[in-house]
Amino acid sequence: MKEEKWAALKERIFNIICFLATILPLCFLLWLLADTFVRGFARLNFNFLISLPSRFAYKAGILPGLVGTLLLMFVTIFVAIPLGICAALYLEEYAKDSWLKKFIELNVSNLAGVPSIIYGLLGLELFVRMLNLGPSLLAGGLTLSLLILPVVITSTRESLKNIPSHLREAGLALGASKLSVIRRIVLPLAMSQIITGAILSISRAMGESAPLIVLGAATYLAFVPVNIMGEFSALPLQIFHWVERPQAAFVDNAAAAIIVLLIILAIFNSIAAWLRQHHEKKRGGL
Amino acid sequence: MNHVTISRREKFVRRSVEFILACSGFLSVLVTLGVLYILISKTWIFFKQVPLSAFFLDTVWTPLFSSQRFGIWSLVLGSMLVTTVAMLTAGPFGILAAIYMSEFAHSRIRKILKPLLEILAGIPTVVYGYFALTMVTPALQLIIPGLNGFNALSPGLVLGLMLIPTVSSLCEDALFTTPRDLKEAAYSLGARKLSTIFLVTLPYSRSTIIAALFLAFGRAMGETMIVAIAAGMKAHFTFDVREPIQTMTAYIVQVSMGDTPQNSIEYLTIFTVGTMLFVITFIFHAGSRLILRSKFKAKS
Repeated sequence: MKEEKWAALKERIFNIICFLATILPLCFLLWLLADTFVRGFARLNFNFLISLPSRFAYKAGILPGLVGTLLLMFVTIFVAIPLGICAALYLEEYAKDSWLKKFIELNVSNLAGVPSIIYGLLGLELFVRMLNLGPSLLAGGLTLSLLILPVVITSTRESLKNIPSHLREAGLALGASKLSVIRRIVLPLAMSQIITGAILSISRAMGESAPLIVLGAATYLAFVPVNIMGEFSALPLQIFHWVERPQAAFVDNAAAAIIVLLIILAIFNSIAAWLRQHHEKKRGGL
Repeated sequence: MNHVTISRREKFVRRSVEFILACSGFLSVLVTLGVLYILISKTWIFFKQVPLSAFFLDTVWTPLFSSQRFGIWSLVLGSMLVTTVAMLTAGPFGILAAIYMSEFAHSRIRKILKPLLEILAGIPTVVYGYFALTMVTPALQLIIPGLNGFNALSPGLVLGLMLIPTVSSLCEDALFTTPRDLKEAAYSLGARKLSTIFLVTLPYSRSTIIAALFLAFGRAMGETMIVAIAAGMKAHFTFDVREPIQTMTAYIVQVSMGDTPQNSIEYLTIFTVGTMLFVITFIFHAGSRLILRSKFKAKS
């Protein structure tokens, strides 16, 4: 019976090791976040949100970065989301099972594995130089759009796959065309899930900085970027700029800007989570 | 027979919608072609000016100095050092977390822990860079004397933290979907849970676990901001994780931050380094997919 006890003990120990391996990284993250919040909280006030960066840490704010990030978001919403949804509709609803479809699918999954900085190199040559957009907000938004395109396509396809095919067949049996089945049945049912995926992809784009740096975006911008063809900055770039500064006061600013960025991303993710729950409730009976 | 007549306009609308959707589908192919064209064409020009031997048979990387040397291996080694530290962190933690969630955790606890772990992957990398430079490095310096302010160890650890969900979520799915009859066969032979995990569940999921590690490896090689902030900006052929190093990605950032004239040799180097990075990440990503696909084929 001694062996039996020893075996039970071993199992218990392994259980605890696995539990610790799950919980320790989370505790570590909690420590990092808590420290950052404490450090940045003192700098966080309304003036910080509406001021321009400055040589003096106590006067500096994040307005250009904040506006830049929001405008970049708009560009990606209008470019990546429609293109991604259209591509997903083509692959799920129209494309026949051929080598062509397989080739496009292979492509999408390959693109998902390309490091973000390579998209920066693509944007630099294609948008900044060849199309002559310069290191502009538009070039940045288009680059981020290409970056999240595979993510949007994949998540939209998952949502379309979740629509049971008998609903499509019911529509077709009633004499509706493929297009009206998609417009009246598939899209309305899949919409909330598609939007959830879109929000998550956009929040990923908003945290990106590497491709924007390669494009030549400013990490220090002394004006608010309202011109879509003009120079721009973004919140992550502003954080990068302040982290690189040796003075501790600027690192405090970086902590405060991180709080703002994380709050924005948390809001986005909560909306997505809420939509998903809402959707699951609604779909419960289907 | 009652024919439904379709107006010409309606026909045109249907055709053009299908055409537009197909074009969006092809766009991803164009993006791939664009990436390949840009990387290959610039790399081609680069190698017209720099012999292949100066690139592959040297270990000193100083394109931004007056005495230019182009030994890529010091950048590749820099990336490998950080990635190794990251994999030694994300691998064990990710696999153990996956075992905990699929084998031990109560489903209610699992439902709480899973989204919490996903948060690790959702935090922007520039924030992780801040963590590495301002908090993890100073903390490590208390334990490891002689640790440089910029080093490969701290960004590697933080990058590993970020990659835990990449490893754990794929592994967890694999462990969780191990056929019940296999596990029950082991139990019925008198095996305990622990031996079932090590002799049935883990071996059965082996290929998916390897695929998850490949995927994480590719991501770690391509990660930019954490290393650009916390690993230093000095290409250095060293195996010492306490020293400042430069990765391929961090080098591209360094050049992009400066004023490099277009089509100068310095400007071309970022595309050549980009090609190298693309090839390495592609191999690992494709490898991961091939393993997963052959597994699914074998199953069906």
